Amino acid sequence: MARIPPQLLTQSLQSSAALAADQHAALLLGGYHPTPTGDALMQETITEAGVVRARIPALDNLAAKDHQQPSAVYRLAIFVVTRLGPGLILPLVLLAVWQLSATYGWLPDQILPAPALVLDVLQERISDGSLWDDTSISLLRVLRGFTLGAGIGLALGGALAASPRLHDYLNPLFLAVSQVPILGWVPLLILVIGIDEGLKNSLVALSVFIPVTLGTFQGIRDVPFAYREVGQVLTFSRLQSLTTIILPAAVPAIFTGLREGLSNGWQTLVAVELLASTEGLGFQMAYGRQLFQLELVIAAMLVIGLIGFLFDFLLGRIETHLQRWQVAA
Amino acid sequence: MTTAPLSQTAFARPARLLALPLILLAAWEVSARAGLVDPHLLPALEDVISRGEAEIANGELLTALGASLARDLAGFAIGASLGTASGLLLGFSHLAQRLFGPTLRVHRQIALFAWVPLIAVWFGAGEAGKIAFIALAAFQPSLINTWRGVLDIPARFRELAAVLTFSRLDFLRFIALPAILPAIFTGLKAALIYAWQATIGAELFMTIAPGIGGVMMQGRQLFQMDLVLLTILLLGVIGAGFNLIANLGETLLLRRRTS
Repeated sequence: MARIPPQLLTQSLQSSAALAADQHAALLLGGYHPTPTGDALMQETITEAGVVRARIPALDNLAAKDHQQPSAVYRLAIFVVTRLGPGLILPLVLLAVWQLSATYGWLPDQILPAPALVLDVLQERISDGSLWDDTSISLLRVLRGFTLGAGIGLALGGALAASPRLHDYLNPLFLAVSQVPILGWVPLLILVIGIDEGLKNSLVALSVFIPVTLGTFQGIRDVPFAYREVGQVLTFSRLQSLTTIILPAAVPAIFTGLREGLSNGWQTLVAVELLASTEGLGFQMAYGRQLFQLELVIAAMLVIGLIGFLFDFLLGRIETHLQRWQVAA
Repeated sequence: MTTAPLSQTAFARPARLLALPLILLAAWEVSARAGLVDPHLLPALEDVISRGEAEIANGELLTALGASLARDLAGFAIGASLGTASGLLLGFSHLAQRLFGPTLRVHRQIALFAWVPLIAVWFGAGEAGKIAFIALAAFQPSLINTWRGVLDIPARFRELAAVLTFSRLDFLRFIALPAILPAIFTGLKAALIYAWQATIGAELFMTIAPGIGGVMMQGRQLFQMDLVLLTILLLGVIGAGFNLIANLGETLLLRRRTS
């Protein structure tokens, strides 16, 4: 270091600071790899402006040291902090208050169990497999009901859109049925079909059926007439124009219906399991409530929320996939 | 495709609209009279009607209905006003959106009825718990719709306000509020429907209290199908009534809007 003239050193410090900024940008793009040259102590580079700048590799390396290896963790951390940073504050504060309340015993465990207790329950129920048993039972139920309800809803919505006459015949009844809150059917259905699987399947199916029918009907009805004309010009058969023109154009509305349907179905299933079931996530919650073991309730809620999120995410991915032909406007 | 041929007179369409409901009612009446189905499972139409008359005469059904509606509206008022206010806050404040947005979005994924056990413990399973649950149900749709409404204010509206050097208050009054009113109304409408669903849920899940849900459960336990059918009819009428009121209010408030 002592051999470097002072004015050169300040120059190089400036340039290495400027370089460090460039390197940082390049590192984030994943393309820059600093090459340390051990033998040459000093390199001279000539910029476009003709100014001679001195670079000292050792100093460059020193400046770039922090960011030398942009590991996946580093990038993830940057992503999380910049994207979610402020959004993480509220959950963390809530969690901290929850933990404080548990530590100092502000609320009894029967009102608010400690976070650790909830984690314990989750761990215990994951390791003995009982959580998976309940989850799979609830998942199977909702999938059965969803398949039934969405199938009927898609078919009926399509038929209603295709035939105004059929729409006239069926719409009053459909409107009347959809006005009744879904849980209002529970007492009737219990009397007619009992409280077994049939009850869960039919209620979930009913709650899925209504938004799916509406979404499909509106989606197909609102396909611009110009699109249909293209099919006529190209002398497409009915089936051809259905599969190549009408269905693709109606995808957004149909998926709005399907997403709302699945979310409705999941809600309804949880409600029915709370009311009348001996297994499943909803039953676990009812059971935990009766025993005043809220850790059971909260653990089940977490799983229910996670599954709701996954459902929405999955349908969103399928929709994007089906819509990949569309060019962004 | 949507226009009916001229040969079909003005009477054809109403006839088609009424056909299926009338056929079903007729089938119900015939099968009940002919004894095709167990009267316990499907009581005759006139039994349901006379049950309705009796219930209205002794006032029980109307009292229950009144209790349910009061509960529903109390929860709706709390939840929808909080939801709309939070939606405005999140829409207009970038900071609030970044702070609370992610949490509220995750919160939305938890099925509504999964909150019942927690709310029942925290607020009690009595009136407070029921109203808290209904408020929670009304909160989410009004929040989401208002929030989205603010975000969807077209950029050219904001530019116009900037060009005219509107104050913040003037921007809110003359541009933002009229622009988001439809979204707020969509949210309130959805909140009204959710709140009614939650009212029935709360009455079924929490302690028995006077209300239409309690009447339904009583009908089920005593196997009084006429009472159960009557309550379903009533629920449907109320739901349709809410829809009608919401639509009327929307047209009245938004009549200035040209689209």
